[in-house]
This record gives sequence, C-alpha cells and structure tokens, in this order.
Amino acid sequence: MEHAEAITFDPHAEEDRTTTGIPHDKMGMWVFLCSEVMFFTGLIGSYLVLRYGSVWPKPMETLNIWLTAANTFILICSSVTMVKALEWIQRGNIAKAKLFMCLTLLGGSIFLSVQVYEYRHLLHEGFNPRVSLFGSTFYTMTGFHGFHVFCGVVCIAFCTGKLFLGKYTQEHHLGIETLGLYWHFVDLVWILLFAIVYLI
Amino acid sequence: MTSDTHQIPNYMAIFWWLLGLTIGEIGWAIIPHHSELVLAAGIVGLAIIKAVLVALYFMHLKFERRTMGILFASTLILGAILVSVGIGELVLPRPGYPRGVVHGQTAE
Repeated sequence: MEHAEAITFDPHAEEDRTTTGIPHDKMGMWVFLCSEVMFFTGLIGSYLVLRYGSVWPKPMETLNIWLTAANTFILICSSVTMVKALEWIQRGNIAKAKLFMCLTLLGGSIFLSVQVYEYRHLLHEGFNPRVSLFGSTFYTMTGFHGFHVFCGVVCIAFCTGKLFLGKYTQEHHLGIETLGLYWHFVDLVWILLFAIVYLI
Repeated sequence: MTSDTHQIPNYMAIFWWLLGLTIGEIGWAIIPHHSELVLAAGIVGLAIIKAVLVALYFMHLKFERRTMGILFASTLILGAILVSVGIGELVLPRPGYPRGVVHGQTAE
C-alpha cells in the first residue's frame, strides 16, 4: 500500500525557526558580524600600533579629506535609507520600501564609485601600497572595507530584485532585516576607519 | 516572524546627529592642536559616539534581546583587549628596544 503524502514547501517557514527566540538567520548574521568585529579590530589595532610606533606622515597631506567626507555622508545616507526601507515594509507600504531600497543601492554604488576614483587618483600620484607603510595599511584597510561594501551592494541588488518580485511582505521580510544589519555594520566600520585613517 | 515589535525610533534625528558629529570631527581635525593626543582623543571619541548611535538605533541593538547585547559586547571586550595588548607594546619598555619604536620601521 502506498501512502501518498503531500509535500509542501513554505519558504517563510524557515524564517520562523528559532531555538533562542531570535530567528536563525538573524542570529547567524549577528554571529558573523561578531567575527567581523574581530577582523576589523585586528586591522585597526595593527594600524594603531604601526601608526604610533613609527614616524608617520599626516594623512591630510596625502588624502583628499573633503572627497572622503562627502563619501562618508553618502554612506550614512544609505544607512538611513536602508533602515527606512525596513520601516516601510514593516508598516506594509511596499512601494516606499522599494523606493528606499533603490536609494540604498544607489548610495552604495556611489560610495564604491568614489572609492575607485580616489584609488585611481592616488595611484596616479604615486601613492601605492608599496610606497610606504602608510600606503600599505591604507589600501589594506580601505580595500577590505570596500570589498565588504561591494558584497553589500550585490546583496542589496539581490534583495531589491526579490522585493520587486513580491517575495517580501509586511509579515515576512527577514532577508531585508538581516541584510540591513550587515549594511549598518559596514557603515559603522567606515565611521571608525574614516576617523582613524583619514583624520588622525 | 521577523522581529520583536518595538517603538520605531526617529531615524531622521539620528541622521542629523550623525551628520553633526561628522562635521564636528572634520572641524576638530582641521583646527590646529598642540598635542596629537588631544586631536586623536577628540576624533576617536566622536567616532565612537557615532558608532554607538548606529549600533543602538539603526541595528536596533537597543531594542534587541539581552542575548544580542552580551554577544556583541563580548567581542568588543575581546577586541579592546587585542588593541590594548598592541598599544602596550608601544607604551611599556622592552629590553633591547627603545620605547615607542617598532623595530625595523623607518621614517617615511
């Protein structure tokens, strides 16, 4: 005798799974972000030891502070648009959520473009990773951060596409919330990098 | 289920704070200081305030369960220890090496 069982797949069921009171996806992102904290702490800590352990040039004489300040402003704006996208989807206004996700994608893309422009300009002027310890630490730290921004932009593009396809609703939007955590973390790291690498 | 319901903070207020603190940072950086320590302390202090605002309100850490706060704080403590040990290498005297100089590193 055969037992025919109806196998149904609910894509949102995964979101509801939890053993800690916090959805697994979200907990996983937090654990990942904790490992990222250690990663960037290692970079920043090494930079500080090298920075104050040797004679160091003034960053303002080499780097364009105003351009990077404007870029910092753009990244902060993109963090605000990300959190507004989450707010609107939680309120059930999908149209506004789409708008703010697109603005976040735009902000992240502009940030990356400006960073590429900055790199090209600095390399053209002869400031490359081999020229000095400052050069190598500068490109390592901002390069790794830029890679994180790039990954974030790709993920935002993916989630925005899913949002336009109607995969996220007022009740089920854990993907956007989890991605938002990552994006805000990238913003948080840049706030520290901008202060430590560019301003001090 | 996505997250616990909580009061939605005024994100625009946080944005204006972040903008104001960024302007403050740049202002602090461009005005002349007698001591590099004063310059660094001011800028790092403002940056930490900005980072805390982002973590508390944009990442909703203020409204999350205590587990999250403990998880995140534990890594920050480990990170602080890591940086402190590195800074200690500079501050504490080491036999054979002059204080505050990373051996093998020369001036730019």
